[in-house]
Amino acid sequence: MISDRSFIALLLMLCLPAGAAADWRGEIALEMRGFTQSPLDPAQHDSNLSLSGEVEYYNSWDDGRQSFTIKPFGRLDQRDYKRTHVDLREAVWMFNDDGLEVRVGVDKVFWGVTEVYHLVDIINQTDGVENRDGEQKLGQPMFKASLERDWGVLDLFLMPYFRERTFPSAEGRPRSQPRVAAELAEYENSQEEYHPDVALRWSKTLADWDLGLAHFRGTGREPSYSLGLDGDGLPVLIPRYEIINQSSIDLQGAVGGWLWKFEGIHRKGQGASFYAATGGFEYTFYGIADSSSDIGVLTELMWDERGQSATTPFDRDVFVGLRWVANDVDGTELLTGIVSDWDNGTRFFNLEASRRLGNDWKLGLQARLWDNVDDGDALFGLRNDDYVEFKITRYF
Amino acid sequence: MFARQLLILCSLTGVFGTAWADAAADRGLDIAQEADRRDTGYQNFKAELTMLLRNKHGKESLRNMRTRSLEVEDDGDKTMIIFDQPRDVKGTALLTFSHKTEADDQWLYLPALKRVKRISSRNKSGPFMGSEFAYEDLASQEVEKYTYRYVKDDILNGQAMFVIERDPVDENSGYKRQLVWIDQAEYRPIRIEYYDRKNSLLKTLGFTGYIQYLDRYWRAREMYMQNHQTGKSTLLTWENYQFRVDLKDSDFTNNSLKRAK
Repeated sequence: MISDRSFIALLLMLCLPAGAAADWRGEIALEMRGFTQSPLDPAQHDSNLSLSGEVEYYNSWDDGRQSFTIKPFGRLDQRDYKRTHVDLREAVWMFNDDGLEVRVGVDKVFWGVTEVYHLVDIINQTDGVENRDGEQKLGQPMFKASLERDWGVLDLFLMPYFRERTFPSAEGRPRSQPRVAAELAEYENSQEEYHPDVALRWSKTLADWDLGLAHFRGTGREPSYSLGLDGDGLPVLIPRYEIINQSSIDLQGAVGGWLWKFEGIHRKGQGASFYAATGGFEYTFYGIADSSSDIGVLTELMWDERGQSATTPFDRDVFVGLRWVANDVDGTELLTGIVSDWDNGTRFFNLEASRRLGNDWKLGLQARLWDNVDDGDALFGLRNDDYVEFKITRYF
Repeated sequence: MFARQLLILCSLTGVFGTAWADAAADRGLDIAQEADRRDTGYQNFKAELTMLLRNKHGKESLRNMRTRSLEVEDDGDKTMIIFDQPRDVKGTALLTFSHKTEADDQWLYLPALKRVKRISSRNKSGPFMGSEFAYEDLASQEVEKYTYRYVKDDILNGQAMFVIERDPVDENSGYKRQLVWIDQAEYRPIRIEYYDRKNSLLKTLGFTGYIQYLDRYWRAREMYMQNHQTGKSTLLTWENYQFRVDLKDSDFTNNSLKRAK
């Protein structure tokens, strides 16, 4: 399905008018992970090597009013055959003129303002084999029209095809216990992935604040899970995709050195309807100790009306973190923090650091630890999956 | 008797001193306003920038970006900067609505996540892309952002100059004061000395290669910033200036940030 689409997009690209503003970029990354504890499932391993690549081609014409972007992504993974995958992240034609914008094709859209948990972000499906932070997304086929006027921005999305979330195979790590069997996915609606989804979003800047209100109707990106057996008779979690109605609000503001962030949703159609919210602040101290470094202090709360029966681990949690930005030539940065569940005491520790190496290279370090994990917490399966990841990326 | 004379003398110098200061402030402001008046009305422009960063050991690193700017009547400019180099930040874009007196509004677009983040514009004194230019050095230079004092006339490279001192109004500025050399013929900045909060000379900025556009607006081709305290320097080169191109308000919005490539 996807490879067919990439082929068509490639053909389209070759037919486009030459001599316009064409540009391309790419990156190749080598990722090494080491796990500090024995795996819960003997099928899993203590280390992993992975190679990924992405190329983006962009061409604009008609005085910049029209453009075409194509961005294929691929990964080769040493252990996890499901993490070895390709995806067309983008293949989209865009037209814009005086506040009207139309996009047709495969695209990526982000909604939201918080750092830890992306609650309102719903247009694109999570590429769940990539990274547990949920920030890697699968390309979403869509028609998008956007109107920008004095009263704000109105976005309309029509999505004719649904992408199922990806999950690690039995050998993948970190992962849930038991694994999620993506191949056994169930749908509430008989149209399955062809159910047409729609979304509407209005957003506006009001002085120091950016406000967004949205509604989504269609196949929920976040499945619910039930226990079952796979073809080999082994226990698995079976994902089920419901038709949901989700209204959301997102708000961010900058007041002095403070950044305030809030996201809230109301979802209907996945069990009993419920509310969930996340929000907090980031305060930055600039030029620490007469240096050019900045230190930011972050706090975010996460709440879900469903409590421990939520489909996410962020039900009653608090995040406290620090961001250090060196503002040096190499762009050295570090973000670290702890998410703790104030109901059951589960703690998740995260560290991400990066710096450039010359003009074309970048080094990244990531460490994740799960501690004091309660057997009722959604993170219980990850209790032995502490890991350190080292990544080197070459940009073209 | 002697004490009374001293008292009169003191009060007299006080009076004259204040009058003198007022006159210097008025003249300083007049020069700044005249420079601003001569640079008003360009409407909009596009340009390409190259930054060559050099540390004290001579190690160099390069930044490439494009900028577009829209003049806003009775307020500060709207500016968008799109990064091309280093490659890991290619496609990152910074949108700034500068204001005469209130804090600027700023948004950063991160292309990998397709995310627009509002950022705090209080970070005025921080280095721009690791260079010797602070954000406030590159921000639109509104008259209202400083108080002024005329210092003296001077000759620089054979050209007659006004030297004025300007003190940032914003308490978050990294500077206590700046000395600005403005040429008397065209009212263009030729040199700026930046003094840190402790009043020590921090940086010197030199403007060279002035070119006149639309028979009126002067732009320096090179801006060379030397940091005296760290030994680092940044050479900022402006190329392909295009004035009065087709730029509108709708080219300076959240959606346009996401379109920036």
